[in-house]
Amino acid sequence: MQPGSVDPLIFGITVLVLACFVGYYVVWRVTPALHSPLMSVTNGISSVIIVGALIAAGPSEANFAQIMGFFAVVLASINIFGGFIVTQRMLSMFKKKR
Amino acid sequence: MTDNISAILYLISSVFFILALRGLSSPGTARQGNVFGILGMIIAVGTTFTLPTVLSYEVILAGIIIGGGIGTFIARKIKMTALPQLVAGFHSLVGLAACFVAAAAFFRPEAYGIGTFLDISTGSLIGISIGLAIGAITFTGSIIAFGKLQGLITGAPLTFPGQHLVNAILGITLVALIAWMTIEQIESTFWGIFLLSLIIGILIIVPIGGADMPVVVSMLNSYSGWAACGIGFTLGNSLLIVTGALVGSSGAILSYIMCKGMNRSFLSVILGGFDDGSEISGTTTSREKAIKSGSAEDAAFIMKNASSVIIVPGYGMAVAQAQHALREMGELLQADGVDVRYAIHPVAGRMPGHMNVLLAEANVPYEQILELDEINKDFTRADVAFVIGANDVTNPAAKTDPSSPIYGMPVLDIENAKTVLFVKRSMASGYAGVENELFFRDNTMMLFSDAKSMCDEIVQALN
Repeated sequence: MQPGSVDPLIFGITVLVLACFVGYYVVWRVTPALHSPLMSVTNGISSVIIVGALIAAGPSEANFAQIMGFFAVVLASINIFGGFIVTQRMLSMFKKKR
Repeated sequence: MTDNISAILYLISSVFFILALRGLSSPGTARQGNVFGILGMIIAVGTTFTLPTVLSYEVILAGIIIGGGIGTFIARKIKMTALPQLVAGFHSLVGLAACFVAAAAFFRPEAYGIGTFLDISTGSLIGISIGLAIGAITFTGSIIAFGKLQGLITGAPLTFPGQHLVNAILGITLVALIAWMTIEQIESTFWGIFLLSLIIGILIIVPIGGADMPVVVSMLNSYSGWAACGIGFTLGNSLLIVTGALVGSSGAILSYIMCKGMNRSFLSVILGGFDDGSEISGTTTSREKAIKSGSAEDAAFIMKNASSVIIVPGYGMAVAQAQHALREMGELLQADGVDVRYAIHPVAGRMPGHMNVLLAEANVPYEQILELDEINKDFTRADVAFVIGANDVTNPAAKTDPSSPIYGMPVLDIENAKTVLFVKRSMASGYAGVENELFFRDNTMMLFSDAKSMCDEIVQALN
């Protein structure tokens, strides 16, 4: 196997499989009382697809991709702000009464 | 900034996202976890801003400000009882955003450096088709789930003859279209996958009933992650693949926990409804038995003289927004020296952890809130089990009657308490359509009222 000869697809699958294991072990440790915040925080972080949206919206000339990218940026931003703020609100409730 | 530095920053961002989930292992570290999540997102967006192809900052900033403003507004205004539909709504946006990104990548692959129109590298093309398909399914599926949770669409399962066959055919067609697109790269297959996935998203959620919503919401959570993963393959971006896999496995684990909480297979939930519900209602509801009903004063008297009370909240408490009144009741009892605790069934409410959030909102200390496994054996020593807005999760038929549709579901053993108080609006059976024999027991007292007004009245009586 030559260095650099691995197909990017195989590299991606490698990352995917390892990340699934990390996800599996991390999520099982989440306490059941915090399952709702878990859902809203994963909501926020899954909006990391904004990275793809920014690249689409990036070029300076307006075209189909840029319009798609712009809408995707708006949608992902709703989720990022909404997801993290709702999580924060929920978690502050869990904190108040120690 | 070179590609290598960007890749390292994306890696740091991935690690922060892992730490964000890790933080949720205890309430003490959870807020710190959320901060990690926010930092990870800032690094991811900031790094993307420095890419040489990203130039139109005004357009992008406008998009972030519009979206961020809407998101902030919604997140601040939303009532905690409306959380399940909010989460479903957010999932639909992730799904749609994934579709838009897939469209941008398919029609303008140059922007991503993955080829030219109709000549895209195979790996990216697989990513586009999967991101598009799962994104579209997540989008329409979440809209239907939102409609059901918000009460815009009936919560009852909607089924039609030949439904499973139609779904199977559509599913196979979708897989074939994805395969065709990755081999041939024809524009019309892109739209075919999009439309078909939109339809499938509707059809798979429509037959699922209201009480199965915890599974559906978790499942759509998982889908939104896999959609992000697909986009990650499109762009060849490890950050998106890692994050998508984290979210995808998180949703899958939650779905599993919810299914286990109902002793149902994932497949049977997806196929919809309780198959034999109609048959069951005919055999059991004809019994005429005496029930004992009481007033708020009776309940207050019984609980005041108890030494230990376990409160079992359910969806009815959320609907009536009774959590604050309930907490007040619990505090008054504690002031009288009564040991008050809360027992949470895994599927109580409409999303995982729903009851915990509502009780936390009402300032119930979380030391008093216990999960099914932790508290179930304590009912034998409890004087009173106070059931508010829950039904099926307490039904002993799940343990004793193999013909019952809920047989085998883990339930709270409330019948072991000396007295059982049931707050209920009417004698109607729960979601599963099964009558609860506890209503007719000698040590059960029914409190017929709306959950909130009953708590308010008990509070008055205690004062």
